[in-house]
Amino acid sequence: MARTPRPAMADRLTTPIIYLVLLVAWEACTRYFRVPGWVLPMPSAIATTAWEWAPELASNTLVTMRETLVGFVLALVLSVPLAVVIAFAPVARRILYPILLGLQSIPKVALAPLVILWLGIGEWPKVVIVVLVCFFPILVNVVAGLEAAPRNMLDLMRSLTATQLSIFLRLRLLVALPPLFPGCKVAITFAVIGSVIGEFVAAQDGLGYLILTSTAQSQTPLAFAALLVLTVLSVVLFYAIEAVERRVVTWTP
Amino acid sequence: MAAASLSLSGVTKVYGRTGTETHALGPIDLTIEPGTFVSVVGPSGCGKSTLLRLVAGLEPASDGRIERDGAPLTGPSREVGIVFQDHVLFPWASILENVLLPAEVLGLPKAPARARALHLLEMTGLKDFAGARPQMLSGGMKQRAAFCRALLADPKMLLLDEPFGALDALTREELSLELSRLWQELGRTALLITHDIEEAILLGDRVIIMSARPGRIRADIPVDLARPRDVRTAQHPRFIEIKQQVRDLIFARPND
Ligand SMILES: Nc1ncnc2c1ncn2[C@@H]1O[C@H](COP(=O)(O)OP(=O)(O)OP(=O)(O)O)[C@@H](O)[C@H]1O
Ligand SMILES: [Mg+2]
Repeated sequence: MARTPRPAMADRLTTPIIYLVLLVAWEACTRYFRVPGWVLPMPSAIATTAWEWAPELASNTLVTMRETLVGFVLALVLSVPLAVVIAFAPVARRILYPILLGLQSIPKVALAPLVILWLGIGEWPKVVIVVLVCFFPILVNVVAGLEAAPRNMLDLMRSLTATQLSIFLRLRLLVALPPLFPGCKVAITFAVIGSVIGEFVAAQDGLGYLILTSTAQSQTPLAFAALLVLTVLSVVLFYAIEAVERRVVTWTP
Repeated sequence: MAAASLSLSGVTKVYGRTGTETHALGPIDLTIEPGTFVSVVGPSGCGKSTLLRLVAGLEPASDGRIERDGAPLTGPSREVGIVFQDHVLFPWASILENVLLPAEVLGLPKAPARARALHLLEMTGLKDFAGARPQMLSGGMKQRAAFCRALLADPKMLLLDEPFGALDALTREELSLELSRLWQELGRTALLITHDIEEAILLGDRVIIMSARPGRIRADIPVDLARPRDVRTAQHPRFIEIKQQVRDLIFARPND
């Protein structure tokens, strides 16, 4: 409680300061060694380009973010009920787990062209790819969480003559909540990669498309700007999930 | 008076499959009159917890008959309240919500359940912590909350499996005296498993001593000490006499 503001301030400033130092070093090196802009642009050049191309960057970010979020939410909505089925029906586990594991093992880069062949070059095939890369980390964590209810808590519920449904709602779901979030955090970073993979194969917009076209035209600063926005997007989404986690999981398991 | 009777005849428990089975318990014959407090002591691993789980209906007996109030046991019952060695409080729920769990599960009317829960928390000195999460409480307070939860649905029988086992000596003594008072007020049947001989005598109308695995009843000692009992009861000559008797029985070799 009685934490002095000094170290807290210092803590908060360490990260930005380190990033700033790195940026300055990058700028200095590219200037000093006269690295050509199409190989490695200076941060200042990237910033200028980003400013010039701001409307295009924004509209393409919106596309990629939409694909990522829709895919992620869809993966969440699909994998949680699937996890319930797998956790409680041994038959479903025997049949579904190998299929899902197989699906997870296929490199999504290899699957992407097929998905686009089947679904066209709109946003939906990207959403499907996002779902494919996201569902597994969520599923595995939720299945493990659903099975993690401690024996003594199960005994307590049984001693109260609780039905299986009551045990599920009052105990198992809550035990599965803390592991759900690490799964989601892994999934959301995968999700961003998933939409970019889709956009790399065939697209008309999105940050992946922008990176691809700008590198093809040797507009390296623009590619870097898009890459940067992509990274920020991924980091922001990650922390957004962490913020939700902090609000939902208020106990230490 | 709503207290349950209990009777076990020829009850055994064998865990595992044939070939690798563990004969954990019995045969056990035991009758408990309504409203009596029975303490069970015995060496570690002799099947005390197993006995309690069978009586609670959490596990079926391998052989023999268990009857509660004259009816054969079929499974867990709302008329039984259990306190385990660890508090088993849900970390995501407040103390009040934890104490109200039986009412939630059994679908009891909300308002009276809440009133009773608050009353129980007040009796155990936890009223100020009704809204707190379990991790905010000390070990002794958590175990008090577990007692409140066990008592919420007004069970006819209390099953206690080393309820003070995880506590320090002082808290342990304090809580067992509290339990003694509480039990006298409620007049319910109680079965207490414990490692502590003094605790067994202080609380019990009878002390049952079990032999090493497979646990059988080696002796059944009546405790003819007046109630209410308090700290000084432990200095009573009769208490010391019974304690010596129990110790002798526990540490006696099987063929004596
Ligand atoms: N679920 C189980 N499966 C197999 N064996 C078990 C199981 N539960 C208990 N046992 C065995 O039964 C025996 C009695 O166990 P139990 O827990 O009833 O002993 P206890 O008297 O309560 O011991 P303690 O004093 O250490 O709590 C032990 O040998 C134990 O290994
Ligand atoms: Mg035990």
